[in-house]
Amino acid sequence: MDQKVIFLTILGMALVTYVPRLLPVYFLSSRSLPPLVVDWLRYVPVAVLAAMLFPSLLVEEGQVALAPSNIFLWAAFPTFLVAWKTRSLFGSVVVGMVLVAAARYVFGS
Amino acid sequence: MGANQALPIVLGYVPIGIAYGILAQKAGISPANTLLMSVIVFAGSSQLIAVGLFAAGVPPLSIILTTFVVNLRHMLMSAAVAPYLKCWRKVELAAFAYELTDESFAVHSARFVSYGPNRAEVFTTNIIAQAAWVLGTWLGIMVGGLIRDPKPLALDYALPAMFIALLVILFKDRVQIAVALLTGILAMGLLLAGVNQWNVILATIVGATLGVGIEKWIKKSSS
Repeated sequence: MDQKVIFLTILGMALVTYVPRLLPVYFLSSRSLPPLVVDWLRYVPVAVLAAMLFPSLLVEEGQVALAPSNIFLWAAFPTFLVAWKTRSLFGSVVVGMVLVAAARYVFGS
Repeated sequence: MGANQALPIVLGYVPIGIAYGILAQKAGISPANTLLMSVIVFAGSSQLIAVGLFAAGVPPLSIILTTFVVNLRHMLMSAAVAPYLKCWRKVELAAFAYELTDESFAVHSARFVSYGPNRAEVFTTNIIAQAAWVLGTWLGIMVGGLIRDPKPLALDYALPAMFIALLVILFKDRVQIAVALLTGILAMGLLLAGVNQWNVILATIVGATLGVGIEKWIKKSSS
């Protein structure tokens, strides 16, 4: 594809990405929302994180993956424990990565 | 301050940025356009998807439409942080929205609940995060084919591990935990049923609604 066409496509991508990021925070932050909406929005962070996390741990190639070879899933438990005990973002990330790296080294996957 | 919050994001962004930079070169996107996308789109998963579509010769309008759908979830995140940002100026909101990603949203919403929004901290985190993304992209363009298999480093586990920790930090009561479990399972179910790009948005809308429902139900039955 021509670089100029790619350039214009990227401009379009930037526009359709920025507008949904901007509109709610720009227009909703200045007004008081109905209590029901505020209640609903309080559940969005947990919901959206879980919606992104679960498939990344549990789905491999369109199948539920509970096999012992699914390192991502098994490393999640100790990572969860560390996060729960320490509340440290960085510590949890390091423990998770070290476990996955070690498992890949030992089992050679 | 701010830099601390950014550290786990940097750990995740640099390697993914490298992967994006390498793949974009292979897809025939010029270095300037590759960097431009990281600067003005700044949305990791959609950039990786777009590179695949460019490589496959998909028409520009389809690429833009796919990007829109993949990134629409940010609209919910933007709405969710809005109540915390009442005293911010419009220009600050515009700058904040520009760098609103899954990861910065997750970090900020965990902080806002406990400490409220601190402008300096928020913008430091966001700027470091995007700098890491652009740096990773640049490294990917530079080292390209030289990088051997990065899998042994487990860099691909940085983001899942971060999401786990952020969820734990956000768990303030049992309803939040129930919402996480229900939404996560629903997102998986939708994905397995073939709902590829809408699954996160749909599951989030249903999950948050269930949360409000459970909350009302508990209040009703305890009063």
